[in-house]
Amino acid sequence: MSLDKTDVEKIAHLARLAIDDADIPNYARDLTTIFGLVEQLSSVDTDNISPMAHPLDAVQRLRPDQVSETDQREQFQAIAPKTEAGVYLVPQVIE
Amino acid sequence: MHTKSLNELSTALHNGDISSVELTQHYLDRINTYNNELNAYITVAEDHALTQARAADVQLQQKTAGKLTGIPLAHKDIFCTEGLRTSCASKMLDNFIAPYNATVVEKINQAGMVTLGKTNMDEFAMGSSNETSFYGQVQNPWDNQAVPGGSSGGSAAAVAANLAPIATGTDTGGSIRQPASLCNLTGLKPTYGRISRYGMIAFASSLDQAGPMARSAEDAALLLNEMAGFDPRDSTSVEQDVPDYTASLNNSLEGLKIGLPRQYFGEGLDPEVAATVEAAIKTYESLGATIKEITLPNSHLAVPTYYVVAPAECSSNLSRMDGVRFGHRCEDPKDLLDLYQRSRGEGFGEEVKRRIMIGTYALSAGYYDAYYLKAQQCRRLISDDFTQAFNDVDVIMGPTAPTTAFKLGDKKDDPVAMYLADIYTISTNLAGLPGVSIPAGFVNNMPVGLQIIGNYFDEARLLNVAHRYQQITDWHQQSPEPFK
Repeated sequence: MSLDKTDVEKIAHLARLAIDDADIPNYARDLTTIFGLVEQLSSVDTDNISPMAHPLDAVQRLRPDQVSETDQREQFQAIAPKTEAGVYLVPQVIE
Repeated sequence: MHTKSLNELSTALHNGDISSVELTQHYLDRINTYNNELNAYITVAEDHALTQARAADVQLQQKTAGKLTGIPLAHKDIFCTEGLRTSCASKMLDNFIAPYNATVVEKINQAGMVTLGKTNMDEFAMGSSNETSFYGQVQNPWDNQAVPGGSSGGSAAAVAANLAPIATGTDTGGSIRQPASLCNLTGLKPTYGRISRYGMIAFASSLDQAGPMARSAEDAALLLNEMAGFDPRDSTSVEQDVPDYTASLNNSLEGLKIGLPRQYFGEGLDPEVAATVEAAIKTYESLGATIKEITLPNSHLAVPTYYVVAPAECSSNLSRMDGVRFGHRCEDPKDLLDLYQRSRGEGFGEEVKRRIMIGTYALSAGYYDAYYLKAQQCRRLISDDFTQAFNDVDVIMGPTAPTTAFKLGDKKDDPVAMYLADIYTISTNLAGLPGVSIPAGFVNNMPVGLQIIGNYFDEARLLNVAHRYQQITDWHQQSPEPFK
């Protein structure tokens, strides 16, 4: 399998990554090499093998729905790039 | 002072032979002398350390101190530390000061230990040479032209150069064990779930596990005692009692069954490293162990499986770095998409972007079954091999890394060659098993690590097996000449 410029642009867009045009050929080459390595898996017989998502096959632990944390908005927003009146600011989304 | 074991330091502190402030200052002075060159620390926490040391001295005077009270250590810069920058070696988090402590940090603080600083690493723990760090490469104390390994390369270099008595690390595909091997340390990756991941910046959540990087199995056991345990804040933390890992260090190895996987001694393994590792394993016969060849037939699938599973999880985990709530934000974004794309494009380095793209592609519509699902099935096959093997043997031994430390720059531009540096360590992360790397000798004056893999929650046995070897060998006591 070989990935080209369009593939890299599409993947970068999905990943919300701005990449320089000049770097695209390198990414295409590296991703092609890496997926070449991964390609080995396709020849493995995995019929009836259940996928392993987690090493311990644990189930999600539940807890009572009780308040355990206090409001720390000010502390958490102190490290934010831009806030106003307790909300995070981003460029306008809806006209 | 900087070559003493944790037990010796503990005794000296409790007897009043030295204060924690004096000991801490001694290490800060060493860091000041050597760190410019080595680059093992990203952040040196001088004031923070001395404050902790003074508090430790009060406890020591009042006889309320614990075993490790007053002993300094270094944290990999992946653990969140309240009030102290946590960069994960990324431009993205260059300005990030966590509002809370990781559970590991909290527990170690509770034990009274002193944080000297935050160690260098591969960016977001993605790498095997420490060369992907935003803060620059780290030198191997054994050869300043060689890599220290990665991703916990700064922790390894710091302990090997005696700039900290012990350090924390994390291991997603070998990131504790491989640098331990390359820097002559004892580095333990516990069973998945043994140590809380809360506040440890996530790379691949089903693989990440913290552990100690130490100069001996005994030191590692002492720190593991403090690190391990259930944490309700980590949904994959395991509710299981923590034994005293020092209690069984001296247990007899009479009758221990050691498995040697044929696949770990094949093509790609440096012959001199192979000979060194084989000699170390042979030593175990004199301790009463028996050695048996075993097979892990799906070993060759570990690297390709890992390079689907880990990037897939990282692409999801790192989506939280979006320039909105913390971390790097680009200048003058024209709209929200531009904000995300440029903040991430500028904040992440090459390797991180590469892995996010691999993961994004593997998880994208139309490819999920072919890559992610397939990799999860292969992960099961790899894990089942180990289950089978542990029916016959108590521990599995082999090399930690295929070579000694390679030169800086050697593999930097070849991602696949770099990935193969973890060929013997990755499968234990996929299976969730514990593994330790211990010093086993030298090839051309560079350290070689022996890897010992155990069954689930068998850390006590791994440390016992490591410790007994260290009682009859002195490889682990060797220090690089310039840092003695």
